[in-house]
Amino acid sequence: MKYKSTIILFIILIILAIMSLFMGATDIGISTLISGEKSIYSDIFLLARIPRLLAILCTGVGMSVAGLIMQQLCMNKFVSPTTGATIQSAEFGIALAMIAFPTMGLAVRTIFAFILAIVGTLLFVFFIQRIKFKDAVLVPLIGIMFGNIIGGITNFLGYQWEITQQLSTYFSGSFSLILQGNYELVYLVVPLIILAFIYANHFNIVGMGEDFSKNLGINYQGILILGLSISAVITASIIVVVGQISYIGLIVPNLVVLFKGDKIRGTLIDTALFGAIFVLLCDMIARSIIKPYEVPIELIVGSVGSVIFIIMLFYKLNGGRKVAVNEQ
Amino acid sequence: MNVQDLIKNYGSKTVVDEVSFQVPKGKVLSLIGPNGAGKSTVMGMISRLVARDAGIIHFEDKDLNKWKSKELAKKLAILTQHNNVQLKLTVRELVSFGRFPYSGSHLTKEDKEIVDKAIAYMELESIEDRFIDELSGGQRQRAYIAMVIAQDTDYILFDEPTNNLDIYHASNLMRMVRRLCDELGKTVILVLHEINYAAFYSDYVCAFADGKIAKFGTVEEVINKECLHDIYKVDFEIINVKGKPLSVYY
Repeated sequence: MKYKSTIILFIILIILAIMSLFMGATDIGISTLISGEKSIYSDIFLLARIPRLLAILCTGVGMSVAGLIMQQLCMNKFVSPTTGATIQSAEFGIALAMIAFPTMGLAVRTIFAFILAIVGTLLFVFFIQRIKFKDAVLVPLIGIMFGNIIGGITNFLGYQWEITQQLSTYFSGSFSLILQGNYELVYLVVPLIILAFIYANHFNIVGMGEDFSKNLGINYQGILILGLSISAVITASIIVVVGQISYIGLIVPNLVVLFKGDKIRGTLIDTALFGAIFVLLCDMIARSIIKPYEVPIELIVGSVGSVIFIIMLFYKLNGGRKVAVNEQ
Repeated sequence: MNVQDLIKNYGSKTVVDEVSFQVPKGKVLSLIGPNGAGKSTVMGMISRLVARDAGIIHFEDKDLNKWKSKELAKKLAILTQHNNVQLKLTVRELVSFGRFPYSGSHLTKEDKEIVDKAIAYMELESIEDRFIDELSGGQRQRAYIAMVIAQDTDYILFDEPTNNLDIYHASNLMRMVRRLCDELGKTVILVLHEINYAAFYSDYVCAFADGKIAKFGTVEEVINKECLHDIYKVDFEIINVKGKPLSVYY
């Protein structure tokens, strides 16, 4: 059946989501909730746990779809917000906003993060298009270097203006500070993903190459910029609220593609669900290893993600070599 | 299609120099010539993939640049060799993209029938659910041609379609080109390296040398000793096989 994987993923996600709601320092049973009494427990539930869950879901969905779009448009399986300088550019934007408008709040930081994330990503992509690397692995390496340069500038600014500490707490991804009233920006992920779904076939065609797109009457540069901007804005809105969460955009789409293929219309929902499950699982691990405290989720995602990334690299490199031998 | 005084410069080098010709409708036209003679650049310009520096390309009573990209995609299709083949798309998904200029992302029932027909025409039914990155070069080429057939354009342009194909697949492809013209009434333009494929499967040949047209004419007018020697600077023997001029060179 065509939608079998989607349904299974959806059911797993629902179960995990419910488990996550009843996990935490304060024990809250279902009975306390249905009793209907307004108490400290229901407040914790409504003000902290549900917002946290929603933020996790939006992060998982958003980062993995952002990665999926970037990989398609750049024709490279290793490009993602982490390896395409998007995250670092958004952080650079936040640092700039903190320095230039220290008294202004979230809105200014968000706008700066959006603009810088878009500019940084487009710069990187136009750069790699000009150079036309033959080796697929070189592209993410260039992206990581490019991202590190931007991160270096951010650090420098941080030292100069003595906001290093503020920045590092801001950037390290964590859901522990999510409360009602300060996280709603991540909902922006939802309309952006709907937009991505509408343009899914356009992204596929652009991913086939410039000549291929022109032949079908598609505005190649326009769609490229649209897709990358969607990815950048999704990433930036997550960084502003949650902080940096690496690797999801890289590994989740690649794992789903192995089973579902590259047709975005077919993989988008699965990728989104799988991304949400992945982040939710990592968050539950982060909350349970040193109970009742928690480690930052970036630590868990980063360590799991980097291992999978290395395995993926080896897998691709070996696969590439095999193809070359077969052709001779 | 009518081409007049086409010019293309790369830096200070003129790669296409005042090229003019008329494309015969409903026929197969092959562009031949040595490397760097400008044939692929001309192909790029008449298919709007390459911008031209000067000249006029008249396509169905309108300049090519005046056409809306989407409308042109219903009249003229080009198949190049620089497509991304890494994607895990099935053959059917690829062929369905041919309907994109007509229906966008929402294929109608009619579109699906056209896709079915294109797949059947290229005999791809047995592999229609396979991913294109797992196919052999010949199968993939057939899948791309099926997409172009689904695009249902009057003009089909192929840029070096026999590259990377072995003799079996290359000659099959050329027979397919002939069928596109004879059975479906398409106007086909090809860029070819193999002179004999041009001689055996096309109606007209346009030979390029140094960015100019050295000779334009029917197969017999172009594929002969003197003409080929002028273009390639190599001695040729012409043998008559099945009424066609087969050229031999070494």
